[in-house]
Amino acid sequence: MLSVQNLSVDYGTTRVVDDLSLALGADEILMLVGPTGCGKTTILQALAGLIPISGGSIELGAWHASATATVAPEKRNVGMVFQDFALFPHLTVQQNVNFRLKDSHLADHWLELLGLNALRNAKPANLSGGQKQRVALARTLAHEPVFVLLDEPLSNLDAALKDSLRWEIRNALKEAGVPAIWVTHDQEEALSVGDRVGILNRGKLEQIAPPETCFCEPASRFVARFLGEASFIPGRLEQGYVTTDLGSAPGTPVDGATGEVDLLLRPDDVSMHSSGSDSNGTVRWSRYEGGTCLYSVDTDAGCDIKVRVSHENRAAAGERVKLAITTTHPLAVFNRVPT
Amino acid sequence: MTRWPASYPLALLIALFALVPVGVLVALASDTASLFDAHNLKVLGNTLALMALTVVGSVLIGVPLALLTAYVHLPWRKFWLILLAAPLAMPSYIGAFTLYAAFGPGGEINALTGLPTPAMYGLPGAALVMTLYTYPFVLLTTRASLLSLDASLVNAARTLGMSLPASLWTVVLPRVVNGVAAGALLAALYTLSDFGTPAIMRLDTFTRVIYVEYNAFGLSQAAMLSLQLLVIVALVLILESRVKVTPERPGRKLTLWPSRWQSVVMLLASAPVVLLSIVLPLAIFTLWLVREGSAGFEFSYAWNSTYASLLAALVAVVVAIPVAHAAQAGRAGRLMERVTYLGFGVPGIVMGTALVYVGLQLPFLYQTLGLLIIAYVLRFLSLAVGSIRSSAESLDPSLVKAARLLGASPKEAFTRITLPLTMRGMIAGAALVFLEAMRELPATLLLGPTGFETLATYLWRVYEAGYFGRAAIPGLLLVLMSGLGLALMFSGERRGDIDVIDKRDSEC
Repeated sequence: MLSVQNLSVDYGTTRVVDDLSLALGADEILMLVGPTGCGKTTILQALAGLIPISGGSIELGAWHASATATVAPEKRNVGMVFQDFALFPHLTVQQNVNFRLKDSHLADHWLELLGLNALRNAKPANLSGGQKQRVALARTLAHEPVFVLLDEPLSNLDAALKDSLRWEIRNALKEAGVPAIWVTHDQEEALSVGDRVGILNRGKLEQIAPPETCFCEPASRFVARFLGEASFIPGRLEQGYVTTDLGSAPGTPVDGATGEVDLLLRPDDVSMHSSGSDSNGTVRWSRYEGGTCLYSVDTDAGCDIKVRVSHENRAAAGERVKLAITTTHPLAVFNRVPT
Repeated sequence: MTRWPASYPLALLIALFALVPVGVLVALASDTASLFDAHNLKVLGNTLALMALTVVGSVLIGVPLALLTAYVHLPWRKFWLILLAAPLAMPSYIGAFTLYAAFGPGGEINALTGLPTPAMYGLPGAALVMTLYTYPFVLLTTRASLLSLDASLVNAARTLGMSLPASLWTVVLPRVVNGVAAGALLAALYTLSDFGTPAIMRLDTFTRVIYVEYNAFGLSQAAMLSLQLLVIVALVLILESRVKVTPERPGRKLTLWPSRWQSVVMLLASAPVVLLSIVLPLAIFTLWLVREGSAGFEFSYAWNSTYASLLAALVAVVVAIPVAHAAQAGRAGRLMERVTYLGFGVPGIVMGTALVYVGLQLPFLYQTLGLLIIAYVLRFLSLAVGSIRSSAESLDPSLVKAARLLGASPKEAFTRITLPLTMRGMIAGAALVFLEAMRELPATLLLGPTGFETLATYLWRVYEAGYFGRAAIPGLLLVLMSGLGLALMFSGERRGDIDVIDKRDSEC
């Protein structure tokens, strides 16, 4: 069971990770997301013991590390899957997976499970990106880590491969039954694969919760904007309902928001119709997405609202349209920020 | 057949000229009676033993220091790197002289403190000195290889449960073998051609015996020995050309974070190297300066050194321009450039021997400063060529095209675009030649006109005469010159080689 208390990491005088606390269940997968420079990779390196920490503690079963009591990476029994795979180029696939194993039984198991049997004697240079990442995963899991760290494992792979390998990795981690922290900058990956999602901003954890909660009830505007398209529209919260220019909807207040508020609208929460006299906005641009079409609409009240509609429903830039809130599930409501 | 680039005829002439010393030696050596005798075998043995010991020593010191400076996060990293690379800029005869004088019964350390110290001479002494002044080759080439490695590999090995030393041994070292080898071969080349150290340590290597033969008027015997030495040099050069440092895919840089006491221990462990190679010579010269002042020293020695080196630097740059231009113009030009590199591999004593003979054949050159300048230029031309060529290569060809399209004639484009942009390389090249020539000993000994004493030759005379104390001022001036050379090495276009700015990944 991993438990991190008040972890801080400094590079010189810059605080890169600030007062981070989290705990992970037996085979839980935590997705860490955040913009570039938010400290995601630093957290992984600190957990693995590859960089020194300046405050707090990390505890994992047999060991306990703090700023003063360091534990060497090789003593931590933490597995790490690297963005650039980090396969030893002078060893074959089999030798890589067997790296420090006396008994090749587990190596065989993972090579088999990840479909690498035919490649046992290949050198890493001859493998495709997806194969390399499978070998890296097999190597990590075969060494029976008590805990796995994945550092953007899919970012060096092409889009088609990402989708299938994502599930392969998840299933393998679940099969191994170990907790894992998986760092990504891909919000779709973050929402779909993990049991919980942690959103980082400037070294601080903004929210850590199941994916649905993070998406529907974001703890801050930053989280709302980071996970998917977010539009905000002013309204008034009264008795659990928010009334706005585009209609009303049930609202869940964040940070005790009340009275004059901003309502978070996802592109699917709003409908758009071309209309004549009762129009309330002008189309700024549209982006064709295949099955759907994303519109940016300037409302007459001066808000920029993103709307996703079926591709059959077309409107050109400059066209007048009518927007209306259609959702019936509660939407997140934030305190109005003075502009 | 397309038109030859304008620089080819000149470059060809210069390349042919660079071949003269070797041709002369072959002609001279054909007069000699004995090709190889028992004494010769002993000299060969000594030379190879010194080379082997130096290579082993420089690897044993250079590789750990490369790991230290490449990977370990220390305060003042750049300072330690420069300090540890500094012996490279010092002529090894300075170290040989001062170590010889400091150690042993009756040596300066013994006289000052009463502590008995082992005498430094012969093979062990020479090997120690050569190691102290050649390990930076290994340090720098190995460090460059280490920095090109992806840190993830070491991190992967460690998270898989392997200890740090074991990870470095199994994951890192196999991948930097070529970098280590490149440095070790440079150390071997330097050892083969060094004259001062074996001469002062009284070890009969090729360079010392050539000098002895020359002084005994056995010029053709000296030429034969020179040719034999050149063969060994050529073998090492061939080996060196075989060593390919394969570039790695760039990745994250490994950083190790030692605790405070670990840092202190590591720095203390590397202190003896710096103490022996830099602090000791400075201390001994200072001691002599305090004790004997500037007795015997004449300002003309410093002036002669400066004057001859300045001339050599000017000539070298003028000669290097067509060669550097030809090297960029085509394959034949590159071959011509390679030929001018020969001189750098020819040991100074060998160059001296060859040119003494040239002087004997062409009396108008004999015992003139001109012949000495020719020797300097032939030996150090490659430094100027390399410097000019690399600055010209970094010049974007579209700049000249842009100038032409704006209406400039080729001549105007050259004087207004190419020349100003390559001026930096020329100045750097001239400075390198100047500093090397200032410190050059064997060719200066052989070719300097009668009564023409430079800092280096004066140091040698003082050593031969046993008036060690008089070495203080020339010694300190030569160390100062070395300091300037070091500063040059760590600035300007060479910054790329030894970049120590900590580029932390913008991660996440």
